[in-house]
Amino acid sequence: MKKRGYLLFGVLLYFLTSPSHSNAQHSSKGMLSITFFHYVDSLVLNLDSTTYKNSFGQAYTVSNFKYYISNIHLKQADGTEYISHDYFLINEEEEKSKKIVLTHIPKGNYTSISYMIGVDSLHNCSGAQSGALDETNGMFWAWNTGYIFLKLEGKSSFSKSPGNIFEYHIGGYKSPANSIRTVLLKLEQPLLIENTKTEAMKIKVNVAEILKTPSNIDFTKMSSVTDTRNASIIADNYKDMFIIEK
Amino acid sequence: MKNKFIVLIIFSACIILLSFANNASDHSISKKDIELKIPKGFPKPIYDFKNNKISPEGFILGRKLFYDPILSKDSSTSCQSCHQRVAAFAHIDHTLSHGIDGKIGTRNVPAIQNMIWKDTYMADGGVNNMEVQPINPLTNPIEMNESLAHIIFKLKQKKEYVALFKKAYKDTIINSERLLKSLAQFTGLMISANSRYDKYLSGKDTFSIQEKSGLQLFRAKCSGCHQEPLFTDNSYRNNGLMADSSLNDIGRGRITKIEGDNFKFKVPSLRNIEMTFPYMHDGRYRKLKDVLNHYSSTISHNKTTDEDVTKIGSLSDKERKDIIAFLLTLTDKEFLNDKRFVDPNRK
Ligand code: HEC
Ligand code: HEC
Repeated sequence: MKKRGYLLFGVLLYFLTSPSHSNAQHSSKGMLSITFFHYVDSLVLNLDSTTYKNSFGQAYTVSNFKYYISNIHLKQADGTEYISHDYFLINEEEEKSKKIVLTHIPKGNYTSISYMIGVDSLHNCSGAQSGALDETNGMFWAWNTGYIFLKLEGKSSFSKSPGNIFEYHIGGYKSPANSIRTVLLKLEQPLLIENTKTEAMKIKVNVAEILKTPSNIDFTKMSSVTDTRNASIIADNYKDMFIIEK
Repeated sequence: MKNKFIVLIIFSACIILLSFANNASDHSISKKDIELKIPKGFPKPIYDFKNNKISPEGFILGRKLFYDPILSKDSSTSCQSCHQRVAAFAHIDHTLSHGIDGKIGTRNVPAIQNMIWKDTYMADGGVNNMEVQPINPLTNPIEMNESLAHIIFKLKQKKEYVALFKKAYKDTIINSERLLKSLAQFTGLMISANSRYDKYLSGKDTFSIQEKSGLQLFRAKCSGCHQEPLFTDNSYRNNGLMADSSLNDIGRGRITKIEGDNFKFKVPSLRNIEMTFPYMHDGRYRKLKDVLNHYSSTISHNKTTDEDVTKIGSLSDKERKDIIAFLLTLTDKEFLNDKRFVDPNRK
């Protein structure tokens, strides 16, 4: 009886300590870093200093630019997908936040990347959270619960808001005010992920797109969007602001 | 003589010790105290604590926070400033809530009870999870006017809170997620299901003829919205209140931006209604008599007024009194006197 007990214990110990299948695979997984570069058309984004012009020729400066990236999918030609379950808050003011790292990506040739600008509906309803989704990050509406997916704030003398400010706080995860947008970027050069190497990808983000196509934003008419009412207009504008830099 | 003296000393020491022990046990919380018991006849809760496991330490931390004005900018206002235990955590006698610097809010303070059966919170249902509800009063300039980040900063400076967080979460991290989850453990256990009505249903109490008649009338006229046993069906309805132009509160429409939702409000529970006056989202009625008068004769008919209200029709004097007699059976003395919810700073 006692002997059998030891045997059982030994077998258990073996299973617990031997390298498991998934651990073995671990070593054939790679990493990808993605760096976001913020531009306004042909100019680099500089907070509170450089002056830019919207499609009506109205001059403006930017004081704050932040957005969520989530549900990142990397796809291979045969349809195999890698999905990241992390949430990233990219903030112009914090250099570190502009470089994100995906880990444990299975070895392979990836031909496209897609991601959400914002936070999926499940995580808009999940209560108190920490990390990128911590409510103290100032990207959360409490009275009409949900995350602010993207914030662009600045000044333009054309704005009629107090202090000539403009503010676009875009969110809303429920129809008819759903502002979740998904970006799909095809990779011209397939991205080869290999063992233990970190590949690097650069994505250019054109902030000017937030204010144009399909809807050109006139600061005299729409300088403040701070709830879900007009949010999807702006979301439709910015869904094409990302391009992969070669 | 000397012996007697020693006995006396030991005796009085015992008494002193005992009284200390008693005092401590008044606010102590055991594993049994935090068991989630679903009352008979109640549905499955919507908030299920799956991602917020209740513990005695978590509950104690939540209670401490609930009663602590440190959560407001000038340390003047705590949750209980508006949500008073003796009023089922509503506020007695203020039509609109009063916050920091005596500023007046735009809505009447509701009871906090049976929260875990709600799908949304606030009169307009704008809040989708119980845990994030307190962010509203905490950060509202006319309520507690504090930022979440600064509250966390203040709590980290207090030895007492460092210890309480550590006890509850087994490490030294203090963040907003833990703050909000602890508050949810405290408010989520505020369950009222031991009123005379409940005892009547389970055969442990009897109703007078008047109360029985009131229950019958209630089931015929009111339960389409105030559905038993929670006394709400969680829907949004326009119960025919004349819109108050000074507040211009369009209720659900503010959240959904759908015109057909204007002037609809979440059907409130009527449990402990005796204690939670004044009534309605703006506290316009002080007495149940006034509420019954409204349903019987002052329904305002506009685009979104609910059919279930228009069909109530006029109620006789006796019918109104019977319904009120029934509503008073919803007072839950056990809940109102529940020791677990008492301010821990009270001796
Ligand atoms: C200044 C007064 C005030 C303070 C302080 C206050 N509340 Fe409230 N509370 C209200 C009002 C008013 C409402 C209803 C608001 C509405 O319906 O729009 C409410 C609603 C609630 C609800 C939702 C009730 C329901 O049925 O939807 C909960 C839960 C709650 N408060 C918890 C708290 C907690 C926890 C605190 C402390 C962190 C707190 N409150 C502080 C006034 C206050
Ligand atoms: C069409 C649905 C509907 C019907 C039917 C209805 N109510 Fe209501 N009741 C509501 C709504 C919605 C509110 C909240 C309105 C507000 O806050 O502006 C409410 C509020 C109340 C309140 C105040 C609660 C509080 O805490 O402020 C009482 C009391 C009440 N109803 C009693 C009754 C009685 C008694 C009847 C039957 C005669 C009845 N109701 C029928 C929907 C209804």
